[in-house]
Amino acid sequence: MPHDHHDHDDHFHHEGISPSGHPYRADDDTPLTYWQTMEIAVRELLVEKGHVTAAEIAAQIDRMDARSPANGAAVVARAWTDPAFREHLLADGSAATREMGFDIGPMHLLAVENTPGVHNVIVCTLCSCYPRNLLGLPPDWYKSRAYRSRLVREPRRVLSEFGLTLPADTTIRVHDSTADMRYVVIPERPAGTEDWDADRLAALVTRDSMIGTGLPRPAA
Amino acid sequence: MTEAATGGTDGAPQFPDGAAVRVKALMPPGHVRTPAYLRGKRGIVERRLGPFPSPEQLAYNLPAERLPLYRVRFTMAEVWGPAAERPDDTLDAEIYGPWLLPED
Repeated sequence: MPHDHHDHDDHFHHEGISPSGHPYRADDDTPLTYWQTMEIAVRELLVEKGHVTAAEIAAQIDRMDARSPANGAAVVARAWTDPAFREHLLADGSAATREMGFDIGPMHLLAVENTPGVHNVIVCTLCSCYPRNLLGLPPDWYKSRAYRSRLVREPRRVLSEFGLTLPADTTIRVHDSTADMRYVVIPERPAGTEDWDADRLAALVTRDSMIGTGLPRPAA
Repeated sequence: MTEAATGGTDGAPQFPDGAAVRVKALMPPGHVRTPAYLRGKRGIVERRLGPFPSPEQLAYNLPAERLPLYRVRFTMAEVWGPAAERPDDTLDAEIYGPWLLPED
């Protein structure tokens, strides 16, 4: 008998640590929620009635999964190297990024630029608004109640927990994405990169530097 | 948007860049995208964002009127008082016109 346990509980869970040293994660043996059931029902109806195909839905999921911070990094690196693009990006972020092939969709993109003495950081206190077309899916912490509630109240402390301690004379501007705008931070270009091209610069642009919870990697 | 929230949309004031405004201190029920922590607080119009359909109607699949949306900049001192980490750090949020009152 493969499982020789005294109590034959249908909901037996592994406990402790796996042979490879990771904690076991409980199986997701919970019933579908009302809205999960509703989503499946609506999706199947749309397919059955011929409004969309299963292949189209899969292709859209692939497109969504393909979005990553590399998109945003390309935008930032171009802004660092192309003054006309930078101006366009700051004036109309949606149009400038659309021109590069990153369509923000019905939302509007607002690029906020870090300058000496000013640091920008993004949050959505009401939910988890995030510039997905430029950065892909948001990290779990971005959606956490702790980040959403604390960043607006004690941004310096939160940033220091990310390892980012800003000078006391730097002004922090917190941007709460409460409505139709999506935000991306244009961090300051690292020192010592004056002769770098945009492709090389893009490798320095981290996801967190475009949220404002980090800085780009140094050139060294 | 409920009448209580808008105070009526006809004649809702339009604010220029740099205008001093105050967020209405209302607590209406429903889907509202004006954060509670900013209600009653004074700020400056950082920029105008143009008209957007009202989320308070969109959320209920009602015909949504288009409202002027503003980015309003608040100081941390205004939002949190003496508890602010650094008084002149700022907080910018998008607020729909009917939620704003002119402030001297």
